[in-house]
This record gives sequence, structure tokens and C-alpha cells, in this order.
Amino acid sequence: MSHNQVIYIAIMAIVTLAIKILPLTLIRKQIKNQFIQSFLYYVPYVTLAVMTFPAIMEATQSPLAGILALVVGLVAAWFNAGLFPVAVICCVVVFVSEFFLI
Amino acid sequence: MENTYSLKNPDNKKALYEGLKAGVPIGLGYFAVSFSLGIAAANGGIGPVGGAVSSLLCLASAGGYAGFMVISTLGTYFEMVLMMFIANIRYVLMSCALSQRVDPDLPFVHRFFMGYLVTDEIFAAQVAREGTLNPIFSYGCGIVAAPLWSFGTALGCIAGQLMPIRLVSAFSVALYGMFLACIIPPARKSRVVFGLVAVSFILSYICSVAPVISSLSAGIRTVILTVVICSAAAILFPRKEEDNES
Repeated sequence: MSHNQVIYIAIMAIVTLAIKILPLTLIRKQIKNQFIQSFLYYVPYVTLAVMTFPAIMEATQSPLAGILALVVGLVAAWFNAGLFPVAVICCVVVFVSEFFLI
Repeated sequence: MENTYSLKNPDNKKALYEGLKAGVPIGLGYFAVSFSLGIAAANGGIGPVGGAVSSLLCLASAGGYAGFMVISTLGTYFEMVLMMFIANIRYVLMSCALSQRVDPDLPFVHRFFMGYLVTDEIFAAQVAREGTLNPIFSYGCGIVAAPLWSFGTALGCIAGQLMPIRLVSAFSVALYGMFLACIIPPARKSRVVFGLVAVSFILSYICSVAPVISSLSAGIRTVILTVVICSAAAILFPRKEEDNES
């Protein structure tokens, strides 16, 4: 019953757009509350980290290939390889390692 | 007043040109990642049109991915609202930051479209500029990057089903690579962020195997973990005013 794709996508769009647009249109003063400020600051790092692991192991055919991509990606990102290069490096690691792992 | 943001103004022409130029590398990066996003969408049973439309409307990588994850696990609408909120909450911060950098008299319509164009990369390109932000620059970025983003998702939806499984497997980690590239450089600079990323990895793994919690959907687990870890961090390591670099 509650699995209509159009509604799913509409919810995605409405919530995302509201989040992006409302502060810029409504808030004209600096946020002063230190807890909210700190909480908001940490959110991107934690969400992205939680979504990356262990999901990266489940995205590949062989979980080990996912772990290898994670490790190599971590190293590449540590040395500031940039968004696009890190993404490509991870893909290559999975592609090559799965020749040996599967 | 009405002509402030007209393209007849040479300053705006320059801003548009600079925006278009900045949009090219951003768009190419988006293209590869959105391809991987399209594969995730196809896994949720979403076709190329749905994928392209949702990408164009949301223009958010982690958010789009999280949304497709909810769809593929047949989550509830409420779960979707919650998930979108948490996956995109960082944009609140960016949107707030932009609100401090635009002309206080900037008309609603420009604020609306600047808000729509808030993404990690376009935001980064904007704040790197000096002085008051010109919405025309953001439009330049968006004109290049948004169609590539949307087209890449559609292509991922289609090709994901046609490509050999080996290639799909490889492409599907592009998104995670991008996530890593977003979180690791700041983790290198800040011990707190480093610790948070490590704790997030560990707790996320534990929650995926622990009894009871692992039976919750991945989306809900992400929301719970984010709120718990960030609240703890905000209490233990409150940020001082001066650390507020973006």
C-alpha cells in the first residue's frame, strides 16, 4: 500500500528542497546555540561514515573486494586525492580484485 | 533594482562565465557518481525517468542514495521523511552559511534557486569566492552540473541492468569513494572528526550484526546512529566560534 514510487520521489524532493531552501530564505541571523551548531557541524561526517561501512562490503560481489576498495579509498582520500579520483580508484580496485576473488 | 541581476551587467556576465567554468569539473565528478546512484536506483526498481527526475529535483548525492535505499527496502513514507531529513541536514548548515554571504535584499526567487543549488561541491565553490555572493555564479555552476547529474543517474539506471555484473559491482562503489573523499580530509585535520568517523564505522558495523538492531532497516539505523553519535559529540566536543571554517 505505502509503496508508490511517485510519492516516494515526491517526498524525497519536498524534504530535500525544504531543507536546502528554507534556511536561506528565512534565517537572516547567525545561529547562536552552541549545541545545535556543533551537532550540525558533525552530522555530515557521521552520516556519510555510517552509510559507507559496512554497506560498501554489501555493494560488491565479494565482500573482500569492498573492504579493499574501502582501505585503498581511505588512503587515497587521506592524501587529498579529490572526489572524482577517489571514486574512480575505488571502482578500479573492485574491478581488478574481483578477477582474483571470484 | 530589478536589473541588478541582469546579464546586461558585465559583472554578472563574468560571474556566469566563472560559474560555468567551475561547473565543469564539478559536473564531471557528479556524472561518475550519479551513474553509481542510478545503479542504486535501479536496484530499488526505479526506471531512468524516475531516477533522472529525482536527481534533478534533489541534487543531493547522499540524500538521493539514502532515498533509493529506503525505496529498495520498501520503507514507510515516514521513514523516507526522516531519512531525507537526516541525510540532508548538513545542507541546513550550508544554507545558513550562504544566508550570511548574500545581499540582505536578495529577492526570494534568487534565494530559492541558490538554495536548490546547495550541494557539497557547489557550496564549496561558492564560499571560496570573495565578498557578497552573486547568485549568477551559482547558476553557472548549476547549468553545467545539474543536467550531468540527472543524465548520469538515468544512464546508470539503464546501463546498470545491461552491464556485466562485474562492472556493476565496480561502479557501485564510486559513491562510497566520494563519501570517503568528503569525510577523510577533514578527519586528517581534526582529531575529533577522525575519532567520530572511526566510531561511526565501528558502531555502524556492530549495529548491522547485533540482534534486534540489525533487524531495523538500514535507513533507520543510519538516522539513529547519526543522532546519537552527533549529540554525544556536540556535548563532549562543543565547537568554538572560531573553528567555524566550512
